[in-house]
Amino acid sequence: MIAMSTRHILLGLLASGPSHGYDLKRRHDERFPQARPLAYGQVYTTLQRLVRDGLAEVGGTDSDGGPERTTYRATDDGARELARWAGEIAPPAPFVANEIFAKVVASILSGGDPAAYLRAQRAAHMERMRELTAVKSAKGADLATVLSADFALNHLDADLRWMTTTAARLTTLTAEVDTA
Amino acid sequence: MSMVDNTAGPLLAGRGLVKAHGRTEALRGASVELRAGEILAVTGSSGSGKSTLLHCLSGIVRPDEGSVTYAGERLEELPERRLSELRRTDFGVVFQFGQLIPELTALDNVALPLMLAGAGRAGARAAAGEWLERFGVRGQGELRPGELSGGQAQRAALARALVTGPRVVFADEPTGALDSLAGEQVMTALVHTAREAGTAVLLITHDARVAAYADREVQLRDGALAPLEVAA
Repeated sequence: MIAMSTRHILLGLLASGPSHGYDLKRRHDERFPQARPLAYGQVYTTLQRLVRDGLAEVGGTDSDGGPERTTYRATDDGARELARWAGEIAPPAPFVANEIFAKVVASILSGGDPAAYLRAQRAAHMERMRELTAVKSAKGADLATVLSADFALNHLDADLRWMTTTAARLTTLTAEVDTA
Repeated sequence: MSMVDNTAGPLLAGRGLVKAHGRTEALRGASVELRAGEILAVTGSSGSGKSTLLHCLSGIVRPDEGSVTYAGERLEELPERRLSELRRTDFGVVFQFGQLIPELTALDNVALPLMLAGAGRAGARAAAGEWLERFGVRGQGELRPGELSGGQAQRAALARALVTGPRVVFADEPTGALDSLAGEQVMTALVHTAREAGTAVLLITHDARVAAYADREVQLRDGALAPLEVAA
């Protein structure tokens, strides 16, 4: 999994207008409902770095009846950096570093029961896929929810197809690892 | 959300099913239970016996060994007349494609099962129109199957399977010939309608994304069913 760039995501959220840290966190969590929620501290640190690098600037303060908050806005350099990043291709998975894959290989190496592990892992994957499917097919599900659930479902499905093929290959695979 | 009745016994149960096609054994002692209102996915690789299982459970073919019980009746003991009646009134079937009659409009295709059950043409067509509406294809009611997109035809086929108010719908790879968005519309329509009506669905698929619409999954391996372990 390629690490997400919090910098660029915040620049993307700032593209629709100035915003303060708490609002950015809230909008992030709405737009990326299946992603790990952003910590407020991370939002604040990232905003400071964007300002340091000239990609964002302090736009003023906004109290809105509550405590005073600093608002930020993207600079022209920030907008250019966002456009550059959004159009740049992501490396298509150059390395395979996945826990499921590692466990299967470790299990084969140690004479464990990879087939039993794969069956249990499949059940866990299916359970998560059922949850995501229920979330996205609920009446009134918004686009962000559907898109993020689709993303997660397709990746889980890819894992599952790999697990199915691996279960079918296990005998051969075990023989090959044994003789290596 | 789910309307599965966990307290009663199964609505449909196959026990120890064996079925051979020539010398090839498609089913080797498969047992499966479907509860009222439950959506059950049967998965497995090609040739694992999924379709044969559906044919046995829906009374389309008789197993060589084992029994199928539906609502207390053993299908293998029923005369063909009663089996036909069950298939017309209690069971709905959706295949991958090709089950609509090409010479009839979508509306008449959906009205047909009601007319076969004795309804008048006008009433049957009115009810069929409502079902096409639920599946978002009322506007295509006067088109023939050849004039519909794959997804529209499949939604019309679902309307036809559900129009008689069956207690069980058998769906064999219902999205197998569709792209992923059309497939999603078909599955969403099927699942929402089945849940509202309390219809049980036996869903055959090789696609985990389709199986994820079900309440539960069982996997066919070499003609026998393995319930999946509950995740730790």
